[in-house]
Amino acid sequence: MAMDEIVDGLSEVSCDVLVIGGGTAGPMAALKAKMKNPKANVVLLEKANVKRSGAISMGMDGLNNAVIPGYATPEQYTKEITIANDGIVDQKAVYKYAQSCYSIIEELDSFGIRFLKNENGDYAVKKVHHIGTYVLPMPNGETVKKALYRQLRRARILISNRYMATRLLTSSDGRIAGAISVNTRTAELLVIKAKAVILCMGAAGRLGLPTSGYMFGTYENAANSGDGYAMAYHAGAALANLECFQINPLIKDYNGPACAYVAGPFGAYTANNEDRRFIECDYWSGQMMLEFYNELLSGKGPVFLQLKHLHDKTIEEIEQTLHKVERPTRGLFQQGRGVDYRRESIEMHISEIGFCSGHSASGVFVDDNARTTVPGLYAAGDMASVPHNYMLGAFTNGSFAGLDAMEFADNHDFGEIDAAEIALERERVLAPTKREDGIPPNQIEYKTRRLVNDYLQPPKVTRKYELGMRRLAEVREDMQERMIARNAHELLRALEVQSIMDCADMAAHASLYREESRWGLYHWRTDFPEKDDENWFCHTLLSKRDGRMTSEKRAVQPYVVPIADDEKDLYDKQRIRASA
Amino acid sequence: MPLATYQTSVPVVVDDAKCIADKGCTVCVDVCPLDVLRISDLTGKAYMAYDECWYCMPCEADCPTGAVTVNIPYLLR
Repeated sequence: MAMDEIVDGLSEVSCDVLVIGGGTAGPMAALKAKMKNPKANVVLLEKANVKRSGAISMGMDGLNNAVIPGYATPEQYTKEITIANDGIVDQKAVYKYAQSCYSIIEELDSFGIRFLKNENGDYAVKKVHHIGTYVLPMPNGETVKKALYRQLRRARILISNRYMATRLLTSSDGRIAGAISVNTRTAELLVIKAKAVILCMGAAGRLGLPTSGYMFGTYENAANSGDGYAMAYHAGAALANLECFQINPLIKDYNGPACAYVAGPFGAYTANNEDRRFIECDYWSGQMMLEFYNELLSGKGPVFLQLKHLHDKTIEEIEQTLHKVERPTRGLFQQGRGVDYRRESIEMHISEIGFCSGHSASGVFVDDNARTTVPGLYAAGDMASVPHNYMLGAFTNGSFAGLDAMEFADNHDFGEIDAAEIALERERVLAPTKREDGIPPNQIEYKTRRLVNDYLQPPKVTRKYELGMRRLAEVREDMQERMIARNAHELLRALEVQSIMDCADMAAHASLYREESRWGLYHWRTDFPEKDDENWFCHTLLSKRDGRMTSEKRAVQPYVVPIADDEKDLYDKQRIRASA
Repeated sequence: MPLATYQTSVPVVVDDAKCIADKGCTVCVDVCPLDVLRISDLTGKAYMAYDECWYCMPCEADCPTGAVTVNIPYLLR
C-alpha cells in the first residue's frame, strides 16, 4: 500500500497518563510522570516524530529565563515578568517556576546538555532583560532533542509518532477520559483512554500569514497549528488572555530570530536607518514591539540588528551559534543575499500574529501545578498560560504537569467514554475524505490566514474585527461543507486548518472583549487607546459554554512579590530618550 | 469544481546518487516535522512530495550519506 492512502480503521488503547506533543514540555512531562510511578503506562503521542519535533527541532541557542543563584533571585524574576506583562500575572506559577528552574538546569546538564560556563566553572549568565540577568547560552544546544530522546528510551516511555490528536474525550462528570487521534499517513483513528492527559502541543504559530507569502515560513515551527488551543477549547477548558498576541521582531523574510538574545550580550543592538539605537532593551515585550512598530512606520525604518561595529572574532563567535543552532539555515539565507555581518546590518521586520505563552501570555489557563480547569487535564509549554516561559519554562512546567498528572492518575479510575462521541468525531475527522469535489485545505488555509492579517493584526480596530469575523464565518462554512482531502497527508492539513480557524475566532473574540489597550502592540485597540486599570486590571478567560464562545474576567491573584508603584511602568519606558 | 496542479520549485533537494532509500533507509522521511518527504516508487529515492517546508534542517543533518540539501524556499530567499 502506498503511503498517504486512506485506510478505514479504528482501534482503542488505554494508559495511565497520556502526554500529547513530544517537543519540549511533553518529553519532560512524560519522564517525570514515569519516574513518579514506574509501573504506570505513560504514552507520548506526537504528530511528527519525537526525535525532531517542536520548537527545538534543531536545538536551542540558550536559556532566556534562567534564574541562577548568584545572578538572580526568584523574587527578582517574578517582579520582572510581572512588570513586563503590565501586572496581569498570577505570580504563584511564575514564582514556583523561578524557584524550580535551577534544579531543572542541573537535570538537563546531567542529560548531557551543556550550558556556558566561565573560567571559574560558574554559569556565564548574560543580561538581556530590562532589569535582571537571566540569559544563559548553550554552546552545544543542537544536542537537546537527542539528549531528551535518550532519556525517553531509557525510561521506556511508549512513543506513538505520526498521530495527530483531534479532540479530547471527557466523561459525564466533566473529568478527562482520553483523546481521539488520527494517523497522519493512513487516516486510521486511534482512541486513547487515559486517567490524566497533558497537552504540550506548542504555540498557535500558523495563525497569521508571513509577509513572504510562503504559508510554512512561519516564526514558530509550522507544525504548531494551534491544535492544543482548539482541543482545550472544545473540551470546555478556559483559555487565558488570548488577546495578548505573540508578535516578534525577526529577520525580514527569513522570519526567524536575528537574534538579539545571542548577539546582544556581545554588543550587538537594534538600530534604525540612521544606525541609531531607539529602544532601551532588546527583550521581547509588547511595549518593545510597539516601539519597533512605530520606528518601522516613522520613516526611520527599516530596523536592523547591528553587528558590523564588533570585532571580527566576536562576529565569528556569534555566527557559530546563529548558523548552527535553533534555525541553522540563517547562515544559508544571509549567504544567499550576500549579507556579511561584518559589513552589513541584518534587516528586520515584525512577525505574523500567533498565540504563545512562551513569549507572551496567551495560553490555556493553568495554575501552578499546570492544571487546566478540566479535572485531570494539564497543559505546559508554549500553549499554557504561564507568561514568557520559553524553553526552560516548558521543561519546568512540563515537569510540574507530569508529577501532578501521575498523582491524579494514581487516585482516579478511567472516566467513562460515550461511544456516540467517538462516532461523531470520526465523522467530523473523515468528512473531507468523503467528498468527491470541493476546495483543497491549502486554499482554505491561505484565505483564513490572509483574513487574519487583513483584519486581526494590531492595531486592532473594532469595525475591522467585525468585518473580519463575518469573512471568517464564510470561510468556516466552506471548510465545514466543501473542503476535500484526497489522501491522508491532505487530511492532516485539513484538520490543522480547522484548528487555525478556531484560533482565529478565539483571537477575534478575546480581542473584542478587552475594551482597553494593554501589552503594547500585542493588544493595541485604537477605539480604546488607553490602559484602563480600573476596569481591566484582570485576566480574561475564554471558554465554550453551551456550544458558544464566551469571555469573562478573572481577578489577578494577590501578588507573592510586591511591586512598588514606581516600578510598575518600567517596561513602558522602552524608547531611548532624546536628551538626558 | 475542477482542481489544477500548481507548480512550485521545492526547497529540499536529494542527490539520487547518494540516497540509499532504495536500500531501506527512511531517515529523512522519519524526522521531518512537516512530513513532506516521501520515497518515490519510481526511483526508490527520497524526494520532497509536498512544498510545505520550515527549512529547519533535520532531513539534511540526519541523512547518513549527505544526500539531502535544504535550500531556502524561493518566496523568501
